[in-house]
Amino acid sequence: MEKFTVLKGIVAPLDARNVDTDQIVPKQFLKRIQRTGYEDVLFYDWRYLDDGKTPNPKFEMNSERYQGATILLTRDNFGCGSSREHAPWALKDYGFRCILAISFADIFYNNCFNNGILPITLSADIIEQLFGEVRAKENYMLEIDLVNQSITKENGEKIHFDIHSFLKERLINGWDQIGLTLRYEELITNFEKQHPLKL
Amino acid sequence: MPKNIYEKIWEAHLVYVPEDQDPIIYIDRHYVHEVTSPQAFEGLRLAGRKVRRPDLTFATMDHNIPTTNRDKPIADPMSALQVETLKSNCKEFGIQCFDMHDPRNGIVHVVGPELGLTQPGMTIVCGDSHTSTHGAFGSLAFGIGTSEVEHVLATQTLLQRKSKTMQIHIEGELPIGVTAKDLIMHIIGKIGTDGGTGYVIEYTGDVVKKLSMEARMTLCNMTIEAGARAGLISPDEVTVKYLLGRAYIPKHIPEEELIQLWLSWASDPNCSYDKTININAVEVEPQVTWGTSPEMVSPISGRVPVLNEIQDTNRRNAVEKALKYMGLEEGIPIESIEVDKIFIGSCTNGRIEDLRDAARVVKGYKVSKKIKQAIIVPGSMLVKEQAEQEGLHTIFLEAGFEWREPGCSMCLAMNEDRLNPGERCASTSNRNFEGRQGKGGRTHLVNPAMAAGCAIMGHFIDIRKWKFND
Ligand code: SF4
Repeated sequence: MEKFTVLKGIVAPLDARNVDTDQIVPKQFLKRIQRTGYEDVLFYDWRYLDDGKTPNPKFEMNSERYQGATILLTRDNFGCGSSREHAPWALKDYGFRCILAISFADIFYNNCFNNGILPITLSADIIEQLFGEVRAKENYMLEIDLVNQSITKENGEKIHFDIHSFLKERLINGWDQIGLTLRYEELITNFEKQHPLKL
Repeated sequence: MPKNIYEKIWEAHLVYVPEDQDPIIYIDRHYVHEVTSPQAFEGLRLAGRKVRRPDLTFATMDHNIPTTNRDKPIADPMSALQVETLKSNCKEFGIQCFDMHDPRNGIVHVVGPELGLTQPGMTIVCGDSHTSTHGAFGSLAFGIGTSEVEHVLATQTLLQRKSKTMQIHIEGELPIGVTAKDLIMHIIGKIGTDGGTGYVIEYTGDVVKKLSMEARMTLCNMTIEAGARAGLISPDEVTVKYLLGRAYIPKHIPEEELIQLWLSWASDPNCSYDKTININAVEVEPQVTWGTSPEMVSPISGRVPVLNEIQDTNRRNAVEKALKYMGLEEGIPIESIEVDKIFIGSCTNGRIEDLRDAARVVKGYKVSKKIKQAIIVPGSMLVKEQAEQEGLHTIFLEAGFEWREPGCSMCLAMNEDRLNPGERCASTSNRNFEGRQGKGGRTHLVNPAMAAGCAIMGHFIDIRKWKFND
């Protein structure tokens, strides 16, 4: 998995609450059996007009100034609904490596870490402030430093964020989780021998 | 110290707690379906890994399969490929697959319980958020992503952080005509779609004890819509009675011992939780969602919200956006909303009791001329068979409903069953997200009897006032 240490990039706003994974990747694209190639279907129903091709000018993220964004700014309960990992796949294929939100849905949050995406939880006040700043200045950038758990604005102002230490380690090192767990194969075998349900 | 059910299951399944990472827990059942598994199997192949416990892994096809003309090949080539891929992956890795033509086929969360695969005290995962359904049996069950599916296939374990526990204590009595579906929708309306985030919920109280297994499954099913990791109910006599005699109940343990083992997982008296919420069931009415999130819900006697009565700006904006999408005027009575289509089915309400509830309403009536389509999609082949034995299908067919083959169908509209832009549906499923039932489609979530009544009248009605013909 790709490592994540420091990221500096353009921030794109998605001003909505409860953005569900059906919006992130609509069901018709779940028929694919591949893990990549989802960049064009991200936010499909919002992003394009009814023809499914022409960019919807009313979808804020489509505007020229947010092209090339790597950081997504949104509100609460992002990624709720279906467990589809197609959602983080599409976000990543589009270019996002970091998501700033007031809160995340549980399964989506876990899925991010398996795909080298850093989800950061910030207070509603800070998120509100960032929305204001992103809209006020073209090419608004932030620097995300996972090692030091800090977000730096272009004016030098810093915001600290919290993250579980193990999740942090995984992203920094880009660990293959299965490989890590298989180091304990013997313990798994022992567990199976004394399983309380006698499976 | 007394323990709650989550603590018991958690402790019994800890394989190892490494110093530098999350605890590793053992997984007792892994359910697999066609949509979230192909990339996981591909990952195994690329890394040259095997499935560690194919005997604890069970697959079914449900999301993508047609509900008509099952004898013909699947028309959509991509759906066909996905279904074929699951079949060949199961063959390659030695996994039991209840494929489209198997008499045990159906929605994964209907099949697991009815075959007795789901049992108290188990840890159960599936690449599907509604895995929470299985918590009704006192198992710790939750949805995972595809990378985690691959992890479980390869290691039969998962990395987990321990959740906090929330008790939702439901006292009183559910009024007649009010179901577990209304109860959970009422709860979501109260605590919000992120009210359960970070928690595992246990439902307790008199009301829960009296619920059938089907109703308990409905309750746990939609727990994910409140954002919780899992929802569960301590096993009791109702659980035991439902399970005994089912196909996959272990034969190598004497029955008495098995029952004791199952019941031993129940929460101890005087155990504690991180948080408790009390619900008075008497207050619950039949519910209808009016918006694009399950928390946007109203009792049937209520009205669509009025924007300038909402103080919070972010919330008002969200409601405004939802009403626009839903094509609803502010302040109108819920009962005045007319619909185009009816969908009765899904892992929330596609079980035999749900079909009985709906049939009881429909008996002696005809589907309204205003309704373009009304479909009944049983949750599984076994549910379908049972319903046909009871003659429920005749009641539906005579009234003008379509009687379909099992599957997820219009719950997520991956197959041909879907809403067209602007169409409005009374649906017994669990999600009313934008486009969930088809691009531009408008979903109102309700219980099965309410959906049936809506089919007859053409608009929402209070099922408590229905004139039954039985
Ligand atoms: S019926 Fe709906 S919610 Fe249930 S598993 Fe199928 S798609 Fe998911």
